[in-house]
Amino acid sequence: MKNPISASATAATASNPFRRDNKGFNRINDRLFSGVIWTAGVLIIAFIFGLLYLILQDGLPKLTWDFLFGLPSEIDEGGGIGPTLLNSFYILFLSLLISIPLGMAAGIYLAEFAPDNKLIGFVRVCVEGLASVPSIIFGLFGIALFVELFQIGLTILGGAISLAFLNLPVLTRVTEESIRAVPAEQKSASFALGATHLQTIMRALIPAALNGIITGICLVAGRAFGESAVIILTAGVTTSGEMWDFSLFSPGETLAVHLWYVQSEAIVSDAQEIAQKAAAVLVFVVLLINLLFRIPLWLNSRKTRR
Amino acid sequence: MLDSNPAAGKAPLRAELGRTLLAGSGKKFDRRSRLFAMNRMFRYLCIAAAAFVCLILVLILFLMLRTGVLTFNHISFADFFFSSDWTPENEQYGGLVFIFGTFALTALTLLIAVPLSLMIAIFLSVFVPTWLKNALRPILDLLVGIPSVVYGYLGLTVLIPLIRDVTGTGMGDGLLAAALVLTIMVLPTVSRISDDAISAVPAKFSDASYALGATRFQTVWKVLLPSAKSGIMYAVILGMARAVGETMAVVMVIGNTPQIADSLLKPTSVLTSNIVMQISNVPFDSTWNYALYLMGFLLLLISLLMIVAVRWLQRRGERVS
Repeated sequence: MKNPISASATAATASNPFRRDNKGFNRINDRLFSGVIWTAGVLIIAFIFGLLYLILQDGLPKLTWDFLFGLPSEIDEGGGIGPTLLNSFYILFLSLLISIPLGMAAGIYLAEFAPDNKLIGFVRVCVEGLASVPSIIFGLFGIALFVELFQIGLTILGGAISLAFLNLPVLTRVTEESIRAVPAEQKSASFALGATHLQTIMRALIPAALNGIITGICLVAGRAFGESAVIILTAGVTTSGEMWDFSLFSPGETLAVHLWYVQSEAIVSDAQEIAQKAAAVLVFVVLLINLLFRIPLWLNSRKTRR
Repeated sequence: MLDSNPAAGKAPLRAELGRTLLAGSGKKFDRRSRLFAMNRMFRYLCIAAAAFVCLILVLILFLMLRTGVLTFNHISFADFFFSSDWTPENEQYGGLVFIFGTFALTALTLLIAVPLSLMIAIFLSVFVPTWLKNALRPILDLLVGIPSVVYGYLGLTVLIPLIRDVTGTGMGDGLLAAALVLTIMVLPTVSRISDDAISAVPAKFSDASYALGATRFQTVWKVLLPSAKSGIMYAVILGMARAVGETMAVVMVIGNTPQIADSLLKPTSVLTSNIVMQISNVPFDSTWNYALYLMGFLLLLISLLMIVAVRWLQRRGERVS
């Protein structure tokens, strides 16, 4: 296969003495390049699977109900993660309760109502800027606001609100982009039927943009569930020590924080095992949040494609 | 039906008719005004929400700056930025170690992560068949969602013992360990966005290149990468922002010792890790705390500068295309 091609090539470009060497060099180069890219690609994909397997296989088989719902212990072996797991979901729920309405409203404003002027350009820069602010800054902000200004100390409420601020810009951007992606015909059709702007947004635009918005919410929820820097600063590294404590003003260590605490500060003798299991639970829940919410969306997009 | 000259006997009927007309129009008017009011209210709510998002950023900037600036009541500007002596117990607040650490760590991370990410991006966008591509992209997305403390935990339990074995040092934590953990964390972000940028290059560009007899390497190197340059820059800046602001994963592997990292394996500290390790133990009204807030303000400035850079890139990209 190599011969006729190079022969015809040399025949066609006999005037160029470098042509042939160049071509051989190119071919080797191309092979080398393909080889490197394939190896790198396959290796990294294998590495990712190895990573997930490593986390899950160390912890998942050892999980028991006692561990999932038991109280953590400072000294004795066999402490559980009950209150921290509960706090994780509780804080996640509270922060979404605050950030979803606010974020969606701001996104709807930017997509639908906002005039195209300098001020709105500034608002967009603000949203983008806020989205890139490191999470620890939100933690410092939470301390200054809740611990210093309002004097309520390290609480679940402070943690949830700081976390909501962290998620707000992402939700705003996702909502704006998804609503903008809805075809203009659908909007015009709704207006042509005599619908008001509010009705158009509620009944035509949001349902059509729901796929994108829910994907964004999943992303944010997964991030909020695993966020630790904000929680350490605003909700503390202790729990109230009771199970099913829904008070907004008790300290709110979450599972992610507990993993860090156990790994670096705790003195219990089975810290290693607790950390393994906590990491497995953490990753498992994040995968679940990402997968579970996407299945109906996936089915929906398959159904509506044709 | 409406008689313009009604007889007297029809008066009750007319009153009835008037009432129903009035009731009808009244109801209609109510519904209209209600819709109108709700539209208007919804609009104001949305404006308030958007204003609130801006307010948070302004408030954060203001609080960080106001608290951070108080540092300079006690120590001089040069002391903070050019001294590497961080011993708050002795009233020494030199921030150079942490500023240097953050920049060194980010540079080292990008040095490892960018070539690898570009390889994955090229792998996904050029080499792999479509079905495999559709399977692999969500997996990379999943990786973005794994909590940073899990990465830190893996770094602490898997990577650091490995570094100890390979290099034969006693500790193993330091810039190298932190950069490797951060590389794994920014890899999915950078490669996914670069992949999108490369895939967005019009097919006619690469078709033309192949038609001219270029090999795949030449096409990728001379056509696809230059065309996707601004998208790739965007990806790199986003990765940089994540590397600068990452806290928990870095805290767990960097060693948290305030000394200048003159070697890759020496325990050191960066802005984020120093803040999170010390903030809980200091009283709010102390120079120590103010210095930590000043470090936070520096982080904030760095990340906002990156956003300005991204917007500038986007505007330039729009002008070119």
